[in-house]
Order: sequence, then structure tokens, then C-alpha cells
Amino acid sequence: MKLHEYQAKQILQRAGIPIPDGRLATTPDEAEGAAKAIGAPVVVKAQVHAGGRGKAGGIKVAKSPSDAKAAASAILGMEIKGLRVEKVYVERAADVADELYLGITLDRDRRRPVVMLSTVGGMDIEDVAVASPEKIARGWPSPLLGLLPFEARALVFAAGVAEAQREVVVDMARRLYRTYAETDANLVEINPLFVQKDGSVLAGDAKLDIDDNALFRQAELAKLKEVSPDEEAEERARALGFSFVQLDGDVGIIGNGAGLVMATLDAVRNAGGRAANFLDVGGGAKEAVVKAALEIVLSNPRVRSVMINIFGGITRGDEVAKGILDVIEKHPPSVPLVVRISGTEAEAGRRLLEGAPLVSRETMDEAAAEAVRLAKEPART
Amino acid sequence: MSVLLDRNTRVIVQGMGREGRFHADRMKEYGTNVVGGTKPGAGGTAIDGIPMFDTVASAVEETGANASIVFVPAPAAMDALLEAIDAQIELVIAITEGIPVADMLKVAAVLEMAATTLVGPNGPGAITPGQSKIGIMPAENFSPGGVGFVSRSGTLTYEIADLLTRAGLGQSTCIGVGGDPVIGLPTPNAVRLLNEDPATEAIVIVGEIGGSAEERAAEYMRAEGKKPAVAFIAGRSAPPGKRMGHAGAIVSGNQGTAESKVRAFEEAGIPVANAPSDIPRLVKEALRH
Repeated sequence: MKLHEYQAKQILQRAGIPIPDGRLATTPDEAEGAAKAIGAPVVVKAQVHAGGRGKAGGIKVAKSPSDAKAAASAILGMEIKGLRVEKVYVERAADVADELYLGITLDRDRRRPVVMLSTVGGMDIEDVAVASPEKIARGWPSPLLGLLPFEARALVFAAGVAEAQREVVVDMARRLYRTYAETDANLVEINPLFVQKDGSVLAGDAKLDIDDNALFRQAELAKLKEVSPDEEAEERARALGFSFVQLDGDVGIIGNGAGLVMATLDAVRNAGGRAANFLDVGGGAKEAVVKAALEIVLSNPRVRSVMINIFGGITRGDEVAKGILDVIEKHPPSVPLVVRISGTEAEAGRRLLEGAPLVSRETMDEAAAEAVRLAKEPART
Repeated sequence: MSVLLDRNTRVIVQGMGREGRFHADRMKEYGTNVVGGTKPGAGGTAIDGIPMFDTVASAVEETGANASIVFVPAPAAMDALLEAIDAQIELVIAITEGIPVADMLKVAAVLEMAATTLVGPNGPGAITPGQSKIGIMPAENFSPGGVGFVSRSGTLTYEIADLLTRAGLGQSTCIGVGGDPVIGLPTPNAVRLLNEDPATEAIVIVGEIGGSAEERAAEYMRAEGKKPAVAFIAGRSAPPGKRMGHAGAIVSGNQGTAESKVRAFEEAGIPVANAPSDIPRLVKEALRH
């Protein structure tokens, strides 16, 4: 779960990390008032869950409160990567002398958190990692001990932070690590970390992404969850215990098990088509599950055919077939259905499907080819 | 021979809820030695004929268990795993889905100092067909033989086991390592076990997008592989930035792409199947060489 910059900054401030004075605004007038209260110059920043805000025109410097009002009216309502800007953060402009990078995320290979510090701030860290990997200092603290003072010092020396800022950056890295641990973050990042002309440091931007699996114990943060229009179907599916991802093709996909569904998307692509979604219904495939899954997939108007790929394991193939038959009898689908059942009692399942108003295929590859072919046919009337 | 588990493995069940009870029964049916379960406060009683213990330590002391399967729900799963590690159980298999990454990082740090092998979480478990099953996989789809099998997914594992079985290719041990970003036995470590197992004649590696475990497994096999291997990568058509069901299955930036994994296997001389249905043919070809 991603937080907005202003939310992340409030959390950093509570952890003792200095941030510029700022106010949230949802109208141009509020932005003007905020700029008056803070004192110009200010920066007006779009608050949306999308990267590349600056390039999209979502960040503007304003020299006066009236400039801030004009900037806010230009930014509010604009779309950045398909997301409408509903609020802006008005922040005192920093007196920047230098920009650093400080971030913490998971290193899967080492099974440890990785703390990264660089004197190349303001750029995407992945670009820095490609262009000049030697400019990123990394440390892997034990999750049992946290980032120890000597580890933070080693990072500061390795990154080549100027002497005047060493102590404060060590302190900031340790505070940021505590935030990472206390918020169950997937990622916490200060980029850029401003060094001001007077030598003080400030978090210029802040990213905080929380582990969805930990929201059960992060009640305060869970309240900050926002669902954008393109995520509504994903949220609806999640409430049913499904895992759903919207894609941009026209072959709807329903399956059980993440790996099997991924392999099904690949089979559709191998057959020359494009999947409309990823939908994993989890274990079993009883009637209610199939019905709910079909509703979600068919709520996408682009879908021209649906492929159901179920492995009958502990839920046997004949039971899966009965569930599908019950659903289509009561709610005939609006597009052709291709069903493939494998595993335990798959043959019995296929026999049950004979004569039903659907296409049944024995293998994943055959079913995918058929679903792709049907999606390309002219619409049925 | 086999790896991780065989007919002598003695298993306790942590988390005798609905799912735990159901699968304890299926495991007993298969012939697995299910010797006990833990349920704090229920020590001295029995559930479905399985003796219950208040703690893992007392279960180990009374039954001589050397393996555990964990069904404890995510919020309490870290505690259950640490309790099993503390009791020095050799093999712990975690079925639980949705454990916070921070909890698994702590478990992984404790594992570095322990003698326990953890398989999972968020996986189907492991099976040595014909001997022992510690997991939730449907046993009908597996058969004894010489193909060692490592996979990050559940149903796709069953599907491929079913294809192998139908092609007459039985399995030595199948290990479902789990779909989370932080797991106890990453793919390369599981591949190493099978590579060193005398009962395993060929290895099937089923990976998916996300992370670089497949690349490391390919690198290991290139350097130390003693037997033929075949790979499959799920998620070749997945767009970047979208998590495909498993928390670990995500391409972020240039990390974890299918292309990188396929290339790594091909450079190690390991053929990569285009579809699961292609795997049995490739295994037979690999065994012929």
C-alpha cells in the first residue's frame, strides 16, 4: 500500500527526521492560504500514487501566494498516468546546496533489509544503479538488531558524504530504519535528501510503501488506503479472497493457483492472444466461486472470450465441472466460455461438460488456442 | 534415498484448525507418520486420533518428531516457526499464506544460526512419493521415480507432477519452496539438495517472475550440476510492476524478468519449456543424453 508524500513526511517527522514546513490543499484558495502561512517561495506538488510527477508538470515552484494559487489551479484536476490529482502539498522551498539519496528496501537474495545511501540524489535509484553503481553505498543490517551506529557510519563514509553532514546523516539513517521496521514498510525512501546552504538537511521527497500483509497490525496506516478507479475490480476480488490483476487484452482468465494462472496467461500469448486479466480464485472452485469469478471477469467490456483453467486436486475435477454447469445454467455468460479441467477426476469432469453450451478442451495449450480464436471472431448478436 | 523427508520422518502438526485437521488426515492416509499436534491448552487430549501437546518442545520430547507442518494463521505464524526452530526440529514446512515480510526476515535471521531447514511459507509443502507427504498436495498426481522437482507454486506443481506421472516419469522428491519474497529454502538451495541426492536422476525447476532465485539456481547448476535439468518459467507474458498473485511474483524495474531467467538457464545448458506440457518430453530427451 502506497502512501502519499505528505502522509509519508508526517510519519518521518514523527520519527524525528526534519521536513520542510508544508500544508495540504484541495483548492487553489487553500494553496494560496498555505503559501501565506508558510512564507514564499513554496513548491506546489501533486499528491497522486504515481511516479514521474515532475516530468508530468505536477510540481511547480511559486514565488508568491498568488503564484501558488495559480500553480494549484493548474495542477488540481490534471491527470498523471491516468490518475486525477485531487490534492496538492504546498511546501516551503528549500535552499538547496546538494542532494543525497537515502532508502531502505528488501534484498530478496540476501534475505535482509538493504540500506542505500548515495551522493547522487534526485535521480531514480535504479538509473543510478545502472549508470554508476559505485556511487551507491549499501548495508545489510540484521532485522533482529536494526541499523547499528557503526553500520550507519560505514555507509556514510562509503558514500562519501561531506564531513559537515556525516553525523546528521548517520542519525537520519538510523531513524529511517526504525520507521521502516515500525511501519512494516516494503520501501521507505528520501529522494532527494536536501543539504541546504546553511549545512542543515531536510527530506525533500518521501516515499513509503507498506506491506499489505502487515496491515492487520498497522491499523492507523490501513486507514490511509485509497482505491483508485482502476483498482476497484482488484479490491472487489480481494474481498472475495481472489487475487486479480487487470491487464489490457481481450481473453478473460480464471484459474486456481498463482503459478497455474500465470502459465495460462503465457499459453494465451503463445497462441497469439492477449489476456484481459489475471484471476486466481485460490483453492477449490465451487459454484459460488466460479459465479463470482465470472462476474468480475465479465465486468470488463473488453473481454471477448473467457478461459477457465482449473486443476482438480483436493477439489475433484467432476465437482469443478458441476460448479461450472450450475453457473452457466442459471446465468448464461455473454461471451464464449472455454473450459479446461486437469488433475484428479479430470476425465469425469470433461464428460460432464459434453453437450453444455461451452467449449471443453483437454490441454492448456488447446484451450488457450480456442479462447484466442473465439476472441477474434465477430461478436455474437 | 530422497531428500528432506522419507518413510521414517515423524511429523507434528502446528495449527490444528479446519485446514490443519483436514490435511493431517490426508497425510495419514498417504502413510506419513503424523505423530502429534500442538494446541496450547489441549495437551493430553487427542484430535482425530492425533495426540495433542501444549508446546512444540513437549511434542518433540514425547514423540521424537523431527518434522513439523505449520498451518498457523499469518498473524501468529512467526511465533509458530520460531517455536519449531527453538525445539530444533530438523524440517519445518510452512503452508501459511500472507505472513508479513518483516516477520519472515526475522525468521530467516534466526535460521542462519539454527539447524532447521524451513520450506515455505506460502507453498504446498514437500512429498517423497510412495514414502511421505508433508503438505497439502493431492497425492494422486505424484508417483515414485527419479525426477527431482522444485517449484515456487502450488497447483502448477500438481499439474506438472500429473504430466510427469502420465508420461511415466516418477518423482524422487518434490519441493514446493513457496511464492513469498522471503522463504526458508530458496530455489537454488533446493536444487542443490536434489543435485546431491543419489535417488534423483534429473531435476525439473519451475520458477516464476520476480527475484533472482532462478538465475542463481542456473549459475549453481552450470558450475556444479551433476545431472540433467529442465526449467519452466511462469509469467513470461506478465507486465512489469504488477504482482501476479504471489507476493514474490513481480517484475520491478529490470529485476526479476522472465527473459533474464530464461537466458540464465539457456546459458547453463538447461532447456526451458515453452509450456508445462513440453516438460515431460524435454526430461526424456535430457535423460537420453
